[in-house]
Amino acid sequence: MSVEDVTPVTDAPDDRFPEPTPDPLIVLSDVQKHFGDLHVLRDIELTVHKGEVVVVLGPSGSGKSTLCRAINRLEPIDEGQITLDGEPLPLEGKALARLRADVGMVFQSFNLFAHKTILENITLGPIKVKKVKPAQAKEQAMALLERVGVANQADKLPAQLSGGQQQRVAIARALAMQPKAILFDEPTSALDPEMVNEVLDVMVALAKEGMTMIVVTHEMGFARKAADRVIFMSDGQIVEEADPESFFTNPQSDRAKDFLGKILTH
Amino acid sequence: MADFLTVLSEYDIAGAYWVNIKLTFFAGIFALVLGTILAMFRISPVPSLNFAGSTYVNILRNTPLTIIIVFGIAVLWPVLKVEFSDVFAVNFFWLGVLGLTVYHAAFFCEALRSGVNTVPAGQAEAARAIGLPFLDSARLVILPQAFRGAIAPLGNVVIALIKNTTVVAAGSVAEISILMREMVENESNYVYLIFLTVAVGFVIIVVPVGLLATYLSKRLAVSR
Repeated sequence: MSVEDVTPVTDAPDDRFPEPTPDPLIVLSDVQKHFGDLHVLRDIELTVHKGEVVVVLGPSGSGKSTLCRAINRLEPIDEGQITLDGEPLPLEGKALARLRADVGMVFQSFNLFAHKTILENITLGPIKVKKVKPAQAKEQAMALLERVGVANQADKLPAQLSGGQQQRVAIARALAMQPKAILFDEPTSALDPEMVNEVLDVMVALAKEGMTMIVVTHEMGFARKAADRVIFMSDGQIVEEADPESFFTNPQSDRAKDFLGKILTH
Repeated sequence: MADFLTVLSEYDIAGAYWVNIKLTFFAGIFALVLGTILAMFRISPVPSLNFAGSTYVNILRNTPLTIIIVFGIAVLWPVLKVEFSDVFAVNFFWLGVLGLTVYHAAFFCEALRSGVNTVPAGQAEAARAIGLPFLDSARLVILPQAFRGAIAPLGNVVIALIKNTTVVAAGSVAEISILMREMVENESNYVYLIFLTVAVGFVIIVVPVGLLATYLSKRLAVSR
């Protein structure tokens, strides 16, 4: 069963989101990765199209974070190939740095530069990597901070902000590089419950604007609301892919049924 | 006591200490620069640089400073013709600075590396994720935080350096320990007082450095 069978493009459940164009942006083929004896990524085949929002679900230890990190080579892979916009991921050096500038990353623990102000966190990449003039970078950064709702915190240090604010700044930092895609590695898992929504709202807004996103998360609400496609991983393999509605209401594999049974009963 | 003060005034104690302070100043700056480069070698993703950095540190850190100073004056200068000046005293001074530099660079490197360990791995990942190459990540993100996390151990290295400047006596640099020996030989009535005076002099120099390091390590700590 392919994804197309599940969601005929003609009667998509709603038209709030731009349809992904059939342009493949990120393609993983036959990707293998081991941590010692542990086979963390097995035979991964995944194509993410421009404008698509892919949510990666799965129990912990299933390899979903590793998959996310492999795409901008924070984790090197052992075998297989990953291409971005048709170009294979460079191994090291300047070419790799350039690629990373094109793929934003939002981490579970925010990872804002602790010694720099919020504003400097956002302008660092544009100024040093994209060679944007400082004044212009600052202007763009303020616009982004405005957009994620923390412009009034621009001169503070990350530690002075709440987790939700920090994560929104981290999203702004990724956006400042004008990336082709953004990877979210459990962006709300380290947040207090009352701060989860403020971050998800920003992410939903991004999805609506047509940003290509790969989101590793446990937020089923976000998956239902914003995902074009859900990927379910278990033991390093992609076990199931479907549109969110089909996945949540009619999971095919036993492992997905088991997983959903455990998390959706409460 | 008045006699002792008269004796003291016959010697240029401040001048001798000044030599130690100058040795500390120059060797401190050069060793910090070299130590920072070594630390970058040791944290770089290039295995050959890691190897070069760790080899340097392991050799220099485990060689007695006296041996390094004697090597400078007995091999580097006469055999390998490394000469900083025609004036003996100036030449010996800079050979002393060189010896102190190469030795303490290893310790600065390790102190700084302990500071690097205070920087969460996520900081480097975030730097890489926005496309900063290794050198920029190190220069703009990791090292500024590492320095601020390593002020206390860096201060300890500076304190060790201040006291180790007396070892260059083995390299014929006329600093305080050589003056002390001269005073003890000439003024045998006052050996204990002379020793005490020199020791207290070091305490006066070293204690503020320790206090400053403690103050700065709190003041500049990166809040996370």
